[in-house]
Amino acid sequence: MTSTRSPLNRLAQAPAGVELSTPAAGSPGPPARGRGGRSGRRRKPGASQLAAWAFLAPVTAYLLLFYAYPLYRNVDLSVRDYTVYSFVHGGAPFTGLANYRSIVADPTFAPALIHTLVFTALSLAFQFAIGLALAVFFTQHFRLSSLLRALFLVPWLLPLIVSASTWSWMLDSNSGIVNAALHTLGIGPVNWLTSPSWSLPSVIIANIWIGVPFNLVLLYSGLQAIPHELHEAAALDGAGPWQRFRRITWPLLRPVSAITLLLGLVYTLKVFDIIWVMTKGGPAGASTTFSTWSYQLGFGNLLPQFGLGAAAGNLLVVMALIAGLIYIRVQRTQAES
Amino acid sequence: MNNHPSAAPATRRPISARRAAAAITVALAVTAGAAACSTSSGSSGSGASSGTYTIWDPYPQFEDSSAWVQLLDKCGSSAGVKVKRTAYDTTDLTSKALLAAQQGVSPDVLIVDNPVVSTLASAGILTDTSTSHLDTSAVEPNLMGAGEYQGKTYGLPIGANTLALYYNKNILKAADVDPASITDWATLTAALAKVKAIGKTGITFSAIGTEEGSFQFEPWFWGAGANLTKLDSSQAQAALSLWTGWVKDGYAPNSVLNDTQTTSWQEFAAGKTAFGENGTWQLSNADKAGFPYGIIDIPARNGGAAPVPTGGEFVTVPMQGDTARYTTSEKLVACLTDAENAFTTDNTLSYVAASKSVQSKQVTADAALGVWVQAVQSGKARTGDDLGTNYPKISQQLWTAVQASLSGSSGAQAALSSAQNAASSATGGK
Repeated sequence: MTSTRSPLNRLAQAPAGVELSTPAAGSPGPPARGRGGRSGRRRKPGASQLAAWAFLAPVTAYLLLFYAYPLYRNVDLSVRDYTVYSFVHGGAPFTGLANYRSIVADPTFAPALIHTLVFTALSLAFQFAIGLALAVFFTQHFRLSSLLRALFLVPWLLPLIVSASTWSWMLDSNSGIVNAALHTLGIGPVNWLTSPSWSLPSVIIANIWIGVPFNLVLLYSGLQAIPHELHEAAALDGAGPWQRFRRITWPLLRPVSAITLLLGLVYTLKVFDIIWVMTKGGPAGASTTFSTWSYQLGFGNLLPQFGLGAAAGNLLVVMALIAGLIYIRVQRTQAES
Repeated sequence: MNNHPSAAPATRRPISARRAAAAITVALAVTAGAAACSTSSGSSGSGASSGTYTIWDPYPQFEDSSAWVQLLDKCGSSAGVKVKRTAYDTTDLTSKALLAAQQGVSPDVLIVDNPVVSTLASAGILTDTSTSHLDTSAVEPNLMGAGEYQGKTYGLPIGANTLALYYNKNILKAADVDPASITDWATLTAALAKVKAIGKTGITFSAIGTEEGSFQFEPWFWGAGANLTKLDSSQAQAALSLWTGWVKDGYAPNSVLNDTQTTSWQEFAAGKTAFGENGTWQLSNADKAGFPYGIIDIPARNGGAAPVPTGGEFVTVPMQGDTARYTTSEKLVACLTDAENAFTTDNTLSYVAASKSVQSKQVTADAALGVWVQAVQSGKARTGDDLGTNYPKISQQLWTAVQASLSGSSGAQAALSSAQNAASSATGGK
């Protein structure tokens, strides 16, 4: 079991491992440290250390410039009372957690939190389930299967604004094709985007459609990595298709599933374009999530409220961070077992 | 390198550290969107050579070959400088202008939607007209209202637009409605009922959850006698109940909740809707619609024309580190707003001019503009009534209330009273 799991394990870590070069930087570290100290006469370790730093510098600079600094600025924005004047001229007074307090006390907070959680949970569940079903389906090679699989990638290739606009046309109350189709079936029109009870389901449906290919691709490649012999052996032992899925595919796919879900979670938490294009978070906040709320506060108004917008955005970061920590926990228990 | 990470306990520590770091990195990726709030560095600004002057405008629909851009170039060359023009979507322009000012790369000339002027003035990034020597004397006072902030004036209106009701003559004839009979809300609603009876849609407007939604609602709001300082008055309720009733009775399509003024126009132009509340800027499109149309003032509740909000942009001169640049910027603004150019520009934009002399020139050239000129003259600045920078906060609550009531998520009265509560807490009790 262990020997078959490790390649999958590596696969699972690949996307995350690419982001950081700590292992590469770590290995030259210990020898350099061992020989360090007063080795002024010997140029070699100094040079190699210099080289190590030189290799490290681009990624460090990149991370600092494009991740650490924006994050720092965002936190800074969120703990100050910014008016438009102080945004331009500086000197916004430090107000501690006042922005966070008013965000939490805002009547939009509870609905936005619930919408964010519902949006994320339902999107993830359906994207994953449909993606997995399709991935299993595509492992049985049949005529034109690769063409069909390529077609399934279309939602992923389209720019989000295009898919979102198309969805919003299709779901239009009067002239949308969905209501026209319902009409021919004798069902009355549904106000997909403009009714408070339907706007959230509508954006979730659109988001599921967009997210399925991502799950399909990752899970399909995970399935490819499961040795075919295992299935054959199980079949010889008399396991049916369902048993083979439950006892072989599912457990062996677990690491890939975990990373798929984590990445999916991060992408889904911050989904903004689809909701903004389709409903603007409306009607009257019925499909507002943290990301649209944050945008609304910071940019969607004639009078930007940068501090509050940053605070709402930071809550999203915290949610993603919690998910990341849960992922590490799960990985560790899996590794230990 | 780590072929069997799970097999060797000794290596577990660095790996989990790496995983922790990876998880944090992944979490940080989420910020990429949110952090754009803070550090989107302004685009190329005025720091360039002194011979190049930057102009930002909210007219992305005009390409480089358009009359508008040619006018900009012409004004630049007559001032002896090169003009670099950037067009932004109007909703983006406020934050772009603020960010540019923060980075010290404000454009030399900024053309911006009029309700934003007081916000930008309060941010201290615009020069007032005494510094920039702009001549405001020819401008109609009700249009200049939007450029006033704390006793000073900022910028010049390039022209004005406002709202009225376009109607489809074919549909009204078929429904046996005489447009001249529509003088107040009751007669309008009766006309809508007749239109519905022949299987057409009565009216379309934009009740979207942005400033456009408030802009479109204000003629009805003011036409009922309501005031933006008191959103939950009985007059305000009457206006909101009117719109809500139309949607509920099927006189207006439910999609108005998601329609911008542009998509609402497209519905009207499709030829199945009797009335469309829309702006001066659609005039040239109306000629292309392929059916005879007419225009009437938006009626007030008890008759007469309702006060309409004035739209349109102001040409402003943002502050610069190098104050010597103002002389040229001033020439550019004067060129863009002088009588002859204003006539051309306002015709291009389908706007009504800001000065009386150019207005009458427009009416002479095209008598159909008479209705619009009259509407603009009785128009009201949204930031007027001393609202200034409080207007955006109130407006947000107003469009939220409209959305809540029209979508049926709460009643008109409840929606307006929670809007008033939110607005007064946002504006500090104003």
